[in-house]
Amino acid sequence: MFLEAKNLSKHFGGLHAVKEVDFSVEKGKINAIIGPNGAGKSTFFNVITGLHRPSSGQVIFKGDDISKLPPNKIALLGIARTFQTTNLFEQATVFENVVVGHRLRTKSNLFDAIFRTKRTKQEEEKCKEKALEVLHFVGLAHAAERMVGSISQEEKKRIAFALALATDPEIVFLDEPTAGVNPDETEELAQLMQKMVQKGITVCLIEHKMQMIMKLADKIMVLNYGEKIAEGTPDEINNNEEVIKAYLGGSASA
Amino acid sequence: MPTLLSKKYALIAIILVAILIPLLSTNEYYLHILTLSFIWIIAVYGLNLLAGFTGYLSLAHAGFFGIGAYALGLLTVKGGMSFWPAFFLAPVITTVIGFFIGLVALRTKEHFFAIYTLCVGYIIYLVIDKWEGLTGGVRGLIGIPGPTNIGPIELTSANARYYFVLTVLLLVVFLIYRIVNSLVGRSFIAIRNDEQLAQSIGISTLKNKLMSFVLSTFFAGLAGALYASFIRFIGPDISNINITFDLLIFMIVGGIGTLSGPVIGTLLIVVLSQQLQFLQDHRMLIFGPLLTSIIIFSPRGLAGMYLTWYYKRKAKKKAQIQTDNASIGGDS
Ligand SMILES: Nc1ncnc2c1ncn2[C@@H]1O[C@H](COP(=O)(O)OP(=O)(O)OP(=O)(O)O)[C@@H](O)[C@H]1O
Ligand SMILES: [Mg+2]
Repeated sequence: MFLEAKNLSKHFGGLHAVKEVDFSVEKGKINAIIGPNGAGKSTFFNVITGLHRPSSGQVIFKGDDISKLPPNKIALLGIARTFQTTNLFEQATVFENVVVGHRLRTKSNLFDAIFRTKRTKQEEEKCKEKALEVLHFVGLAHAAERMVGSISQEEKKRIAFALALATDPEIVFLDEPTAGVNPDETEELAQLMQKMVQKGITVCLIEHKMQMIMKLADKIMVLNYGEKIAEGTPDEINNNEEVIKAYLGGSASA
Repeated sequence: MPTLLSKKYALIAIILVAILIPLLSTNEYYLHILTLSFIWIIAVYGLNLLAGFTGYLSLAHAGFFGIGAYALGLLTVKGGMSFWPAFFLAPVITTVIGFFIGLVALRTKEHFFAIYTLCVGYIIYLVIDKWEGLTGGVRGLIGIPGPTNIGPIELTSANARYYFVLTVLLLVVFLIYRIVNSLVGRSFIAIRNDEQLAQSIGISTLKNKLMSFVLSTFFAGLAGALYASFIRFIGPDISNINITFDLLIFMIVGGIGTLSGPVIGTLLIVVLSQQLQFLQDHRMLIFGPLLTSIIIFSPRGLAGMYLTWYYKRKAKKKAQIQTDNASIGGDS
């Protein structure tokens, strides 16, 4: 097993945002999580990536229980993520924003900073090379020197990808990576996700755009009111009664 | 690299002017005000590192300034310690206290952090004001020694003290520059932009926030110790919230989260206050609108205003070059 959620639950007070979900991420594939608004998709990501402690259940990554680790330790293990909204440093360049993404693979401390030691120079160089590499990968190399404040929504999504990739992840969790971008751009972002998989990175994403997800995903899990109601290939999900009901509400049976 | 070079020249010019001022002017009062401004600037740099670069607005800053000042005052006046060891110990003591306060304060975020540190600042003030046995209470501490000569270097004249404070200030600017432009500084900035995002890319937010907090108290304590040794008399008022708000105004006018902001804001406001002294408290009628319009029109202060203009110009130039190249390409 690569990454696995075991009987995972998260409640906020009386609200069961995620309820006893079992899910295993398939390595080297595109895994998708879909579900209506408020179904608990983001919360599921937040629990896996350490932002929330699970109320019960476990998250297992390559055999180790990571459910009690803080997000920065989880990132260190090679699990990266993006958020539904990304706040970047608007008054700095795209490049400047991405350089810090590789910080976790460096050791320079305050002493190194003040005395500008050889180690810190090498590590800064390493971070900058990494930033260029991932910007190139996401197709933003040409915009590296532009101010983040002056670029498009779709490009900001790519920066978020770049930041996640700069951490040298084995798996990335993308929370609605194509929200708020037009169909053509969505198509391009989908290709980018396929490119990540080709590079050996496992992708797990939350998505609302059905057409896209049916084409893109190898495996889909459907959440509704915090519970897993279906799991399978796009075809299986497409023909699943319960999924249709959850999405179309009462009108399906009427 | 013409921009980098011109920046370097500008910096050298400014330092030269600062060095020449005591030689050109014999006005002791002015020198006194300038030396005092330099001390404030050091404190503002501390505040700026935490509030400007890490995104945590501490309102306890005057409290730590007071701790640094009183540490020096008490060590020398009551402890009988000589100046230099006390001068090095004072910021260290402030930093240690800052560490423990930071440990608790950083459990809160945003406005709760501001409110919490506001209370901490007030408690520090109360301790200094009420603990008469230790601090002398409202009567304050008198007879604090100034820096004693280092070998042949005399440090007793007004000019010498000016140069001493200037040297410390330049050292502080250098330190801040190194920190902000390092991987450590990048981590701080990442936390300021989005703490969750920073943590998700593997930055230990707890460790970095504490480091920034402790560093900011170090600079506050250093400024406080300089102040005590320069003015030679301290009272509880130096840790009052009013001082925090002064520092805050210096920082905001100059440019929060910028490197030159603390210098610009502090000098501007101090000079302006001096020039407008005849207006007494009515000065606020000028500072109020000034502050409000800066916050509305240039959230990153005067330095930010310049940077925005500078980058716009650069972008325009670049676009110009590109269209030029395109038209050349079209011709051939
Ligand atoms: N930190 C929190 N505290 C309290 N309730 C929360 C918290 N985070 C999420 N919730 C609640 O948990 C439920 C699931 O939210 P979540 O954001 O996981 O849904 P989602 O499936 O990602 O929805 P969307 O498609 O709108 O992004 C919602 O009812 C939400 O209000
Ligand atoms: Mg969501």
